[in-house]
Amino acid sequence: MSGLTPFISAMSAVIWKDLRAEWRSREVISAMLVFALLVILIFNFALDLQPNVRAGISSGVLWVTLAFAGTLGLNRSMAVEKDRGCLDGLLLAPVDRAAIYLGKAFANLLFMLLVALIVLPVYGILYNTNLLIPGLLVVILLGSEGYVAVGTLLSSMAVQARTRDILLPILLFPVAVPVVVSAVKATGGYLAGLGWEEIQPWFTLLVVYDVIFTSVAFMVFDSVVEE
Amino acid sequence: MLQKPKLLTVLDVAAIASFLAATGLVFFYAPLERVMGAVQKVFYFHVASGWVGMLSFAVAAVVGVIYLIRKDLKWDSVGVAAVEIGIAFTLINVVTGAIWARPIWNTWWTWDPRLTTATIMELVYFAYLMLRSGIEEPERRARFGAVYAIIGFLSVPLTFFSIRLFRTIHPVVIGSNDPGAMGAFDMTPRMTQVFLFSLLAFTIVYFDLLWHRIRLGKLAERVESLRLKLQA
Amino acid sequence: MSSLIEVRSLVKRFGAKIVLRQLNFHVETGEFVALLGPNGAGKTTFLRILASLARPSLGEVWVAGFRLPQQAAHVRRRLGVVSHQPLLYGDLSAEENLRFYGRMYAVKDLEARIHEVLELVGLVARRRDLVRTFSRGMQQRLAIGRAILHDPDVLLLDEPHTGLDQDACDMLDGVLRQIAGQGRTVVMTSHDLARVEDLASRFDVLTGGRITASQPADGLPRDGLLAFYRQALESQRSLQGATR
Repeated sequence: MSGLTPFISAMSAVIWKDLRAEWRSREVISAMLVFALLVILIFNFALDLQPNVRAGISSGVLWVTLAFAGTLGLNRSMAVEKDRGCLDGLLLAPVDRAAIYLGKAFANLLFMLLVALIVLPVYGILYNTNLLIPGLLVVILLGSEGYVAVGTLLSSMAVQARTRDILLPILLFPVAVPVVVSAVKATGGYLAGLGWEEIQPWFTLLVVYDVIFTSVAFMVFDSVVEE
Repeated sequence: MLQKPKLLTVLDVAAIASFLAATGLVFFYAPLERVMGAVQKVFYFHVASGWVGMLSFAVAAVVGVIYLIRKDLKWDSVGVAAVEIGIAFTLINVVTGAIWARPIWNTWWTWDPRLTTATIMELVYFAYLMLRSGIEEPERRARFGAVYAIIGFLSVPLTFFSIRLFRTIHPVVIGSNDPGAMGAFDMTPRMTQVFLFSLLAFTIVYFDLLWHRIRLGKLAERVESLRLKLQA
Repeated sequence: MSSLIEVRSLVKRFGAKIVLRQLNFHVETGEFVALLGPNGAGKTTFLRILASLARPSLGEVWVAGFRLPQQAAHVRRRLGVVSHQPLLYGDLSAEENLRFYGRMYAVKDLEARIHEVLELVGLVARRRDLVRTFSRGMQQRLAIGRAILHDPDVLLLDEPHTGLDQDACDMLDGVLRQIAGQGRTVVMTSHDLARVEDLASRFDVLTGGRITASQPADGLPRDGLLAFYRQALESQRSLQGATR
């Protein structure tokens, strides 16, 4: 049990398993993508996005889209584990539970980033803005990481509750506010071309919450899955 | 077996007495604020209830950690008690805030970051109650409750960060003097005395309520196990 | 600690509800124990505790010389579990499911072992097909393959026949007999004596949260077994009537 090698190999086995299954069905990614595009289009109608307004609220629209699509993926990723009792199968394996958590979280992060990588250029084309700014991409990475870190933990709780389908967004959205707000503000800063000293506080807050959420979820995951 | 402890009766008396005393001080001892007038008096209970709400959520997070280590259900009943009381006091905090805001900011509600985050904090703990109601098995409910109380409390500090990061119109009375905030004022010594006493009074009331709520939980558990015994 | 599985005064409670009360149980190496009992007697809960998936509220549980739940990691290595759910991923093929679990258990020489196991459960021809497309019987056979992949000393089976037709049951029994023949220790729950009478070497009856009767298989004819089980259930029922 001790040592880093079994930990890493268990973690990569979980990641490999999730990617392989997703490569087969492409269910999660395609659902997330279609949903994300729908959200953007609905925002367009609902907010009547004019070119001059758009610059100001683009970051908000982007993150709400990513957060909603992310919830979809998180829910599905854990439902798969619960469906044929696979969660028990994972827990029966002689591996550290934290390795299972990190594996699931990493796979979820990959899915969310993939969706972001497609949504960003599409949004850029639809609204004629350039979103592929290096700093902004880092913010997307950090924001998704924090969101998925706490989301993977909460989805493994939600899936074990009676009200599992409706519970995850209710649990996740209020708690993820620090991550989403700082990501929105940092993204907005990059889109408005602000200087680093204006973006830096939000960037720092984002990193702080990434570290907090990841390490706490890492520590308590055991108590969420253990009976 | 579950007679009311003497100390709890003492605490009851202390809570009522200190609460009445605090009310008396607010109305008859504290001076009128120069600009805002009588409505400023809501400040004492506004901040005190906010403090108790925050304290209560902190208690829930701490007993959450203890529960995860010890796995003793009594810590879970403390956790629920703390969250329920915290919700009530945070609600008082928001409502008294609205009463204060109406004449000063000229609106009941603004999308001020401080207000918004306080409300989100309230929603975190509503979610906590919904999570619990979705799980029948007591141990699992306790574990999930503990984890969520910890995670939820970690997102609360944003309430404090937000005042400094956003440009807010909410006054920061304690620890900072931002002249831009509307409704800011300097506390006179008398105000400080009343303020500190209100904090003390609310804290006593809080622990009294917490104790009662924990006892209620214990009694409910006893009723439940007696009922199971009758059925078996 | 001579027994492979040793359980003393095990209590499991969910809140105020007590599921297992002072349960004692032990299994020697190589035994095939059928754990019989009506639905809701606590069989699944008991098996989950042996499998390290649930914690005992009170009492001692030892498996292969290790204490549960403190030394769960050591126990898990020596344990194969088949539950009434298959614990398989529908979007992975049979082979990929085994490959995943093999990596989780750090099985040596994995590809050869996977082939061996697939042959044993008769699924070599379908190894590249998605588990989603498998019948219930095939899923259950693959589930057994998954459970024995890392060559465990102890096999725990929770009502493995649930939802299978007669053919699938016979096939499953064939696989089970083969596995048990390799010196493994098996504990299998069932609510139906007819299902396990040819397999087991010992019959234990779990009613009202404890083991209320135990009977070795050898020498006892079929009718004797039936009478034994019926009697165990009867005595439990009259006991419940008395407390009421």
